[in-house]
Amino acid sequence: MAHFITAPAPHTHSGDSVRRNMLLVILALLPAYVVSVIEFGWGALITAAISICACVATEWLISRYLLKEKRQTIGDLSAVLTGLLLAFNLPSSLDWWIVLIGAVVAIGVGKMTFGGLGQNPFNPALVGRVFLLISFPAQMTTWPVPQGFATKYIDAETGATPLYYLKHIVDAGDGSVINQLPDLMNAFLGVMGGSLGEVCALALIIGGLFLICTGVITWHIPVSIIATVALFAACTGWAGMLPEGLDTCHYVAYELLTGGLMLGAFFMATDYVTSPMTAWGKIIFGIGIGVIVMVIRTWGNYPEGMSFAILIMNACVPLLNKIRPTRFGEKKK
Amino acid sequence: MNNALKTFTNGILKENPTFVLVLGMCPTLATTTSAVNGMAMGLATLFVLICSNVVISLLKNLIPDKVRIPAFIVVIATFVTIVQLVMQAYLPGIYDVLGLFIPLIVVNCIVLGRAEAFAAKNSVGLSALDGLGMGLGFTLALTILGALREFLGSGSIFGWNVYSDHYASLIFVLAPGAFICLAYLMAIFNKLQKK
Repeated sequence: MAHFITAPAPHTHSGDSVRRNMLLVILALLPAYVVSVIEFGWGALITAAISICACVATEWLISRYLLKEKRQTIGDLSAVLTGLLLAFNLPSSLDWWIVLIGAVVAIGVGKMTFGGLGQNPFNPALVGRVFLLISFPAQMTTWPVPQGFATKYIDAETGATPLYYLKHIVDAGDGSVINQLPDLMNAFLGVMGGSLGEVCALALIIGGLFLICTGVITWHIPVSIIATVALFAACTGWAGMLPEGLDTCHYVAYELLTGGLMLGAFFMATDYVTSPMTAWGKIIFGIGIGVIVMVIRTWGNYPEGMSFAILIMNACVPLLNKIRPTRFGEKKK
Repeated sequence: MNNALKTFTNGILKENPTFVLVLGMCPTLATTTSAVNGMAMGLATLFVLICSNVVISLLKNLIPDKVRIPAFIVVIATFVTIVQLVMQAYLPGIYDVLGLFIPLIVVNCIVLGRAEAFAAKNSVGLSALDGLGMGLGFTLALTILGALREFLGSGSIFGWNVYSDHYASLIFVLAPGAFICLAYLMAIFNKLQKK
């Protein structure tokens, strides 16, 4: 803020808009989506299409007929992004009507109930996802094994995610399933079971770096989440909680590369509306998410806790926003 | 007569204990997993409300001001014990489901609140009407909430299957669904009241 120069009017406009930011985030998600389509085939295409259409339609119907707004907001692309992110968080083999319910809840309950974009305390896509996870636990935890367009959409083979095995290994101390984990290169490239968009860490990191470079998001939240998770996992290893056959380095790498961590850190937690405004607020927010997700992954009932962690920390954002930057002109102590 | 009618409808509409006063949230959220459970809880509270309001109104000049709260609680606890024993004897199924929430009617804010705010200051007849109105308002709210949660969460209403529970969202039977449904019902109720 020290280099901020103010001048008398007229001011120019940088061209920044909600629409532009949303478009950049959607662009950044595309590499990961391409990987999902290659891996999961028709399922990835159909799930995303239903999710996006349903989100946009719900927002339009609510603002047109329930709120009777004159100006429609679907043009700002935020509903499209919510739909895409929701699809990224669902297994690609999910029944179409479950995707539909998720989209209606995400926009209807998670966003429009609170007054639309900018008013929602929780990330709408995650509201939709967690709603579905609690409502349809069996369908939401049936993960298709990646095999591209080779097989039919409905009958695809299913299997457990790497995180399920990791939890089993660490929590129960059972080393017998270590050989079930994908090797690290496959985990990095995304050849493993999981939600539609979360599997390819490489593509998500590329998208995330693109967002940081274009200034859409800052580095604070992703870096603090990833660092906290890595540190927590390393401590678990050093504390001797890992069984024979899995060393600390591999364990840390698995925790970072599997599950929704990269997707959550770069794309879900950094949502403008539901994350803190100041740099320190963002860092505390990220650390909180990192700790909660690792606690859930290690000791909780679910193998993955990224969505719960982000939602819980979303609730703390009004508190974190009490951390204020120094006022312009005020001397730093 | 007008006054009596006003006292009666007050509890159902203008000061509905659930949607307007937001009292007794614990049984409201915990017992409304189905329409029948919600209605049973509401009716049990309705009985306690009428009886305790009548007795407290009769005793209002005898109870010293300083010990009125313990005295009210003793009166309320008496009727709750009656409800509990009767339900245990004749409705064991519902009694098992509602469990701890039946004895907890003793500390329900609505019952004590009406004793303190209304029965201790008004005549016996009006107090009975107030208890009936408040109790009906509470029963109505719990039945609607229970029916909504049962419909969305297990695909039936009052135990009648409407659609396959394969398509029902489990979350509505659990605690988060209770909060979500209550919030929407409250919003709708207040919107309708304003008109």
